[in-house]
Amino acid sequence: MLNNDKLIIGGHEFDSRFILGSGKYSLDLIKAAIESAKAEIITLALRRAATGNIANILDYIPKGITILPNTSGARNADEAVRIARLSREIGCGDFVKIEVIRDSKYLLPDNYETTKAVEILAKENFIVMPYMYPDLNAARDMQNAGAAAIMPLGAPIGSNKGLCTKEFIKILIDEINLPIIIDAGIGAPSQACEAMEMGAAAVMANTAIATSGDIVLMASAFKKAIEAGREAYISGLGRIIDKAEASSPLTGFLHE
Amino acid sequence: MFIVNGKEIENSDGILLEKYINENGFKKERIAVEINGVIIKKSDYSNYVINKGDNIIIVSFVGGG
Repeated sequence: MLNNDKLIIGGHEFDSRFILGSGKYSLDLIKAAIESAKAEIITLALRRAATGNIANILDYIPKGITILPNTSGARNADEAVRIARLSREIGCGDFVKIEVIRDSKYLLPDNYETTKAVEILAKENFIVMPYMYPDLNAARDMQNAGAAAIMPLGAPIGSNKGLCTKEFIKILIDEINLPIIIDAGIGAPSQACEAMEMGAAAVMANTAIATSGDIVLMASAFKKAIEAGREAYISGLGRIIDKAEASSPLTGFLHE
Repeated sequence: MFIVNGKEIENSDGILLEKYINENGFKKERIAVEINGVIIKKSDYSNYVINKGDNIIIVSFVGGG
């Protein structure tokens, strides 16, 4: 077990490196999923409220969990800024995950508009975590604009296709001096583990869990995979060679 | 008449925002309110009198990724 291996985002420390999404599953499972995931950050979305005393998701989230509102629905920087400001006004802290999407088929993020939103919100003391297409220049722009972490996609949102952008995420991990958190597309614990092995600071997952056979059990599986990948990264993976190299001693055989 | 989340509300002009919120089952600590494009701070709910033609957006959190 690793001690004092903290994920630090905007000056806030976390022990967990698993950011859990809360979409597409029942409110009744939220608490159990958070506990099973040992997650400390959960994403939420902002929508027009319905009248009447209907259940609110905040009532199902244990105290002490950091709320990470997203700006889903935003089609440009101005809309993302508006959603972020309204989200903060609810009163759950300064974190925001910027999502600016104009493409309804693949839900790919608009890096240019996202960077503009990062700049505006960072100046307003938000802890800004932009969801982005893994492009080094855009990531640098977001870093310079005041982002607290960078959240590149592994594959299109909700696709469960895994680390399709692996090589480009590696570049971000090598070149950007901020936590790189893989967001979107991670479909299986093995993929989350692989992302962590290569040095991602954290993994965010929602659909992989929401569409699994057992949400609470899958949350636990992801937790373990993310921890395993982190320990492997800290340890440093063993080297790869082209030929075999015996693991057992090559002396003292019985036939000698 | 004013508008809340796109729906026209008749015969309530002149009431306090806080009263409207309470009477319609919204919880102050779970929502944010924007009127005519301006965010209204929670501390101002008890001061804001809803005007004729106000466009009110009331939002809250839902599950999302």
